[in-house]
Amino acid sequence: MAEMSVELVAVERRLWSGKATSVVAQTTEGVIGILPGHEPMLGQLVEGGVVKITTPEHETVTAAVHGGFLSVASGVVSVLAESAELAQEIDVAAARREAEGDDEQTRVRARSRLRVAGYSV
Amino acid sequence: MAQLRELRNRIRSVQSTRKITKAQELIATSRIMKAQARVEASRPYAEEITRVLTALADASPLDHPLLTERDSSKRSAVLVVTSDRGFCGAYNANVIRAAEDLQNTLRQQGKTPVLYVIGRKGETYYRFRNREITQSWGGFTDRPDYANAADVGETLVKAFMQGTEEAKKEGSSEDDEGVLAVDEIHLVHTEFVSMLTQRPVIRRIAPLEVEYTQSEGVRPAYDFEPDAETLFRALLPKYINTRLFAGLLDSAASEHAARRTAMKSATDNADEIVQNLSREANRARQAQITQEISEIVGGVEALSSAGSE
Repeated sequence: MAEMSVELVAVERRLWSGKATSVVAQTTEGVIGILPGHEPMLGQLVEGGVVKITTPEHETVTAAVHGGFLSVASGVVSVLAESAELAQEIDVAAARREAEGDDEQTRVRARSRLRVAGYSV
Repeated sequence: MAQLRELRNRIRSVQSTRKITKAQELIATSRIMKAQARVEASRPYAEEITRVLTALADASPLDHPLLTERDSSKRSAVLVVTSDRGFCGAYNANVIRAAEDLQNTLRQQGKTPVLYVIGRKGETYYRFRNREITQSWGGFTDRPDYANAADVGETLVKAFMQGTEEAKKEGSSEDDEGVLAVDEIHLVHTEFVSMLTQRPVIRRIAPLEVEYTQSEGVRPAYDFEPDAETLFRALLPKYINTRLFAGLLDSAASEHAARRTAMKSATDNADEIVQNLSREANRARQAQITQEISEIVGGVEALSSAGSE
């Protein structure tokens, strides 16, 4: 199966990089799925989105991604996030608390973190 | 007798100060490593965003306000990055001096400097001198987060966008919240050169300078979502935030390095003082003993001479 390299980069650190067979993300226009050989593109990601990466070993890497950009060029997909968390790093209790909070932005972010951690919100 | 006790007191006090400076030195040393690791970790994003921006610039008109030089620049924002805490030698003094130089230069060019300050030390400096600070931030200089940089960046970009021609036509140079428009943004921060050298640097972060490069080969034709112009507009302020964040991280690393150097020399000085004082105390003690012996000998002699008579 064809592969492409994917970089998941947050401002403060590189979260994940490696080979993948597909990437699913949400841009401001809608959900987009990227397979190897996709045409070059740039997209703006939504606040509180979810990025799903499938590796050639059929494992999925899920991350809560808040704001940022997605770029696809010559077989390299880069997800640039202002802040991002991998599914296994998410503090569910804290996210639940924040999902009830007052601030609209925090709420949106917390909801996406919960979705990534496998809860339905 | 009194002199000896005094000396011992001083030795004790210098030793306890030395403990503090030594601890600060060790803490700073371990933090430099962390701060440098963070500078390293933020690099991939900065590189990616520059690459994306280059790709976008090809596809969109370069007429964004953040890219256009203004004909009549009147007010320039000066953002000074200082530290929250002292004990770091000339770190703050250096960066403040660079900021003062910049402000003088700006005044000579007929521009009014508008002060923005990060770090409590800088804030205190200007407040003490009754200088007007437009806005100040603090509490994160030794470990800045991207959220802090984004916060600062948002404020500055907002002030900058107030100064565009369209905003001016719409009304006064002040908006509802009283944000004063600026025409340029300068960043004064400290660059981490090495463990021993940190240099204050001045960078203009807005308007951004456009670099035209000739690239070989054909650039890929990108598909944009949303369209290139909207994307470009959204990306430029983020780019400025990234630049600010890089500046903050560099300053944090410099702060720790400056603190380490300052604390190391303070510890060395304390060692030297303790050594000199101990010598003096030993001499005083020896002198006292000698005096006591000669007194006893004198007493014995006086007694024996009295007994023989």
